[in-house]
Amino acid sequence: MIENIILSMRGIWSHKLRSILTMLGVIIGIASIIAIVSIVQGTNRKLEKSLIGSGNNVVSVSVLQENWEYDFSGGIPSGIPVVNDASIENIKNIEGVVDACKYHTRQGWNQVFYKDVGLSYGKVVGINPGYLNLVEYQINSGRDFAEEEYTNGKKVAIVDESAKDMLFNGENPVGEALEINGEPFIVVGVAKNLNKQQEEYESINDYYMNSYSSGQGQIFIPDGTWPIVYQYDEPEAVAIKVENVKQMQSVAASASDELNIYITNMDGYKYGANSGDDTESLKTLTNAIQLMLVGIASLSLLVGGIGVMNIMLVSVTERTSEIGLKKALGAKRRVIMAQFLTESAVLTSVGGILGIIVGIGLAKLISTLTGLEFAVSIPWIFISVAFSMGIGILFGAMPASKASKLNPIEALRRD
Amino acid sequence: MILELSNIYKTYQQDALEVPVLKDVSLSVDKGDYLAIQGPSGSGKSTLMNIIGCLDLPTSGNYMLNGTNVLTQSDNALSEIRCREIGFVFQSYQLLPGETALHNVMLPLSFAGVPRHKRRAIAEEALKRVGLGERMHFMPNQLSGGQKQRVAIARALVNDPNIILADEPTGALDQKSGAQVMELFKKLNEEGVTIVMITHDSGIAAHAKTIKYIVDGRIYDREEDARHAIVEEEQSAEATEAEEA
Repeated sequence: MIENIILSMRGIWSHKLRSILTMLGVIIGIASIIAIVSIVQGTNRKLEKSLIGSGNNVVSVSVLQENWEYDFSGGIPSGIPVVNDASIENIKNIEGVVDACKYHTRQGWNQVFYKDVGLSYGKVVGINPGYLNLVEYQINSGRDFAEEEYTNGKKVAIVDESAKDMLFNGENPVGEALEINGEPFIVVGVAKNLNKQQEEYESINDYYMNSYSSGQGQIFIPDGTWPIVYQYDEPEAVAIKVENVKQMQSVAASASDELNIYITNMDGYKYGANSGDDTESLKTLTNAIQLMLVGIASLSLLVGGIGVMNIMLVSVTERTSEIGLKKALGAKRRVIMAQFLTESAVLTSVGGILGIIVGIGLAKLISTLTGLEFAVSIPWIFISVAFSMGIGILFGAMPASKASKLNPIEALRRD
Repeated sequence: MILELSNIYKTYQQDALEVPVLKDVSLSVDKGDYLAIQGPSGSGKSTLMNIIGCLDLPTSGNYMLNGTNVLTQSDNALSEIRCREIGFVFQSYQLLPGETALHNVMLPLSFAGVPRHKRRAIAEEALKRVGLGERMHFMPNQLSGGQKQRVAIARALVNDPNIILADEPTGALDQKSGAQVMELFKKLNEEGVTIVMITHDSGIAAHAKTIKYIVDGRIYDREEDARHAIVEEEQSAEATEAEEA
């Protein structure tokens, strides 16, 4: 076997041009598949990062109305209670959950002002102890809320870096007064998103996605103060940190089930992960595109396979006397079969490996030109090599069988 | 008895015409024999060689090779028989041009299933036996015709076959190289190797212990009978021509 492989390699090397031309179909096919898969996988990974987790493995479940996040500024529908602590404990016990924390949030135009500057599409978040840590924000100037501030209705606020930039023009906001929904708040600290990576804005799409998910600035206030600014008994959303991005969907579903037990409303309000579903549908779409493109690329592999079959037939004809001699000297059919099958399998495998290299290069090129992210998929590399080897065996079978059946007398008589 | 052909007929089908090539050929070879089969071209000696070599099967008759009935064997079984029982020496050497002498000699060992690590030593031994110990790593195109034929003989010997079957072994060689090959055959035969050689050349055939003559598909033990057969054949051909005229 090893002997056959070495012989095949030597054969390929001694007919360099012919081998390359033969392999071209396989190279193009595998290269397109690898490039497509790399780009699609990269895009999926990006979607996963920017839409669900922003890189901090946190999924949020909130009250949805027909799959859209319900805006409680329109009033609290009947039959939706606030989240009880037992539910939070239950959610924390779900497999794969690291931590869970309830919070309120409101996003909208000009609900926050500093002097006459409004936060155009900012988010106000009513937080409980541990929330900032869970979503991976860190106080980098000023201070965190004190324990008692969470419950005693004190009007204090922490702003994030985007809010600091927009409202205070980057100046230190600690000690300044903000107006939230008409109520005055004192800024006590600035929090930085530890996962926010400026350099990730490689395209306008990234910017849009990032802006959508984190909002144009966030203002954190103690959850105990929330009813003063908005309303009493407003049902909370729950932020859940999971061990692994892949668990987000299932954890969000289990957590929603837990919270939905208490909903008695009949109008279709229920807890769910809003953005997570978007990601899933987008991923379904990109996967469908991937499937289609891989299908098209496979046609090129088919054509490549036929090319290999053709050249193997030529090779059998060229080497008739060699085959005849080997048979005369006692080679059985399977020895001849194995020789030619190995040769075509090695030929297409080498083509496949070259295709992978070209494909990764192509993905990198596309990535640089368009700003799309790419991710090299290890399983697909193995699939590609196995697949191209399979093509060699499949399309080499007929020529190899033809060779093995050559009559040694006819074959030896040729020269 | 190593080899016994009895009442072998071989007929080729050429369109609607049946062309008899071998007619009632019976032949036996004992261990240690050195047999030459001499005949002019077109006498059917190549066909006979193919049949003895298990490369072709007769139309009818019986062929026992070392206790095996060759006629009932499958294609793969025939390969197996050729591998173990017969060492071929061809007129045009039939060496693989891209392989060294040593690798050419190792080839039949791989078909016989000899473990890889043992092949080299056996092949080297065979090459030494034919006097090419010094040129094992030469490519065929770096060897003279006589040397190539000796590599081919080493290859024929390597599986320790029951007979060496040589088809015009000196046909492509000059006088001197041819004589060397004949000397080698003589030496091998003295060492106990059974040799069947097919040739048109009476000078070459004379090196064998026994000579048989083949004319027009029939085997004769004595040269006179063969000559007679040739004359008869010519006469009958003339007669037919005359008749036709």
